[in-house]
Amino acid sequence: MKLSRLLLPRDFALALIVIGLIVAIGVRAPVFVTPDSLVGVLTDTSFLFMLTLAQMAVILTRGIDLSVAANLALTGMICALVSRALPDLPIAGVIVLAIVLGAALGAVNGALIAFLDIPPIVVTLGTLSVYRGATFLVAHGAWLTSKDMTPAFLAFPRLSFGGVSILIIIAALVSFGFWVLLGHTRLGRGLYAVGGNPVAARYCGIELGGQQFFVHTLAGAVSGLCGYLWVSRYGIAYTDIAQGYELTIIAACVIGGVSIAGGIGTVAGALLGALFLGVVVNALPVINVSPFWQMLISGAVILTAVVINARSAKRPGKLILRPARNLEGTA
Amino acid sequence: MIAPEIAATPRYEVADRPPRRLADFLLSWETILVALLIAVFVVNTINSKYFLDFYNLSDATFNFSEKAMLALTMALLIIVRDIDLSIAAIIALASLAMGMAAQAGAPTPALIAIGLGVGLACGAFNGALVTGFGLPSIVVTIGTMSLFRGIAQVVLGDQALTKYPASFQAIGQGYVSECWPFPISFVLFLALALAFGIFLHRTTTGRRIYAIGSNPTAALFSGIRVDRIRFGLFVLMGLMSGLAAVLLTGRIGSTRPNIALGFELEVVTMVVLGGVSIAGGSGRIVGVVLAVFVLGFTTFGLSLINVPGIVISILNGFLLIVSIAAPALVRRFMRGKR
Repeated sequence: MKLSRLLLPRDFALALIVIGLIVAIGVRAPVFVTPDSLVGVLTDTSFLFMLTLAQMAVILTRGIDLSVAANLALTGMICALVSRALPDLPIAGVIVLAIVLGAALGAVNGALIAFLDIPPIVVTLGTLSVYRGATFLVAHGAWLTSKDMTPAFLAFPRLSFGGVSILIIIAALVSFGFWVLLGHTRLGRGLYAVGGNPVAARYCGIELGGQQFFVHTLAGAVSGLCGYLWVSRYGIAYTDIAQGYELTIIAACVIGGVSIAGGIGTVAGALLGALFLGVVVNALPVINVSPFWQMLISGAVILTAVVINARSAKRPGKLILRPARNLEGTA
Repeated sequence: MIAPEIAATPRYEVADRPPRRLADFLLSWETILVALLIAVFVVNTINSKYFLDFYNLSDATFNFSEKAMLALTMALLIIVRDIDLSIAAIIALASLAMGMAAQAGAPTPALIAIGLGVGLACGAFNGALVTGFGLPSIVVTIGTMSLFRGIAQVVLGDQALTKYPASFQAIGQGYVSECWPFPISFVLFLALALAFGIFLHRTTTGRRIYAIGSNPTAALFSGIRVDRIRFGLFVLMGLMSGLAAVLLTGRIGSTRPNIALGFELEVVTMVVLGGVSIAGGSGRIVGVVLAVFVLGFTTFGLSLINVPGIVISILNGFLLIVSIAAPALVRRFMRGKR
């Protein structure tokens, strides 16, 4: 397979921009481009990688999932509580619990969307409040700190193999999984089909409802996994963890060239979009810029990205609105 | 001479709209909301003896009047299939501008003008990006949400601006008069609700808004200046956010970078609960006003019995999902019976 097929021109351009950004920061602060520091950036961004891919799968079907961060918080909190109540539970059990619980919360979204025909934005807006509130309720508003967590619970995200954190390895495995799913399975191609044209997809025997249920459950499972990893990595669980993170995730998708109108998006693009935000967030303190700039920069980047995307995408429907004088010219 | 006769006696009579039946009225969204509102009042009155008190209820409106005004405008945007998630960030930016002007000693009228002006400019920026470049409004406003609040964060850092003239604070905190102890913001909301109701349901532009929401392409081909109306609505949304910023800043008397955080989702909840379809083209102002009261008085009643805010937000989330899911279930059930 040629490189040009692996990376679409747009993704290639974005990759160049990200590399350019890293080089530019490196010139200003050489410490940023040391291997250790770059691995640190990847480790920090691994949550965003996974969640962005999950969100992309949802957006491909013309949906959106605003509840992922709340799902992450709730699952993380429940994992911490379970681990405190059952200190002997092996870590594999906690991870399975996180994935199953997250998937169940995602399936609730999926069921409401697919079987009751409620728009995804409405359902996930509602479950966003419900899951966030439930996080408060299950812990009675308490904060669980590293003192409440078992050593094994805390140690897992700190494992590293040859200097590479297990978080990067998990993110890489999840990314590979999404690459196989979206590019090389009937199910994954179906997601592009329903997003590109739901009616045509239906005539081909691909039902929108089933696809929606699947992607929301999948997004929930990924959020759940990230919930455990997040809580154990930062050693704290409270109601507001990852508050507002759903919008960062959507921003990463948009920067990565995922079309909010559905049917367009690549794994490489989404990863690059997440990496871009990850580099910006991690570089600001290094180059002595106040972290308060982070929000402004990501806003400006999102707007630039969508404007560029819109320019590159031709809209044939516009032709019909050509000014009258042009029509006279052709007549 | 046959042709005119045929024209005079059409073979088919097609009514403009089907005749209204009692069942339609009873099952209408607004009726359900009224029932819900009555239930909210009954339950809250049973729960707390402080609920059904004229002064308490009147004061409770302080907490939702700003969001309620935003909901009126958001309803119009959602009817034309757009959305504005940057409203809370516009409030932050407008509040910042007013705070800085107040520190420099600007008088109250100037502060109001600055707040409204910043809101207007932000709304125009959103509108220009959405209609000028043909971008989806949800993406644009997620971007401008970060941008506007980002500016406020960069300028304010972890500081707060708290020097406001008393006459400015009086707008957000004050009552209409001694014998009319209604908050100014609430009366303003009621007046705006009336104006929006007339605008949406009784003017040509209002009908055009529905036409765009039902089918933007058909609306365009029938001569409606779709993008001009959408742009206008974004500007209006910005202006209303500026107004909300004036009232909110005056009411709490300070500007912090996290002012009005999360308002956008609460406002969208009000609009959707009010029966405005997120797919566009349907919904009424009456419904939005009723939904504002349902959510506002639920929150007030629960806070009277010391339910924490986060638990109230669970209930609001449930209310949103159940209120949309229940009619869908009923429809499915009715279809199954036939």
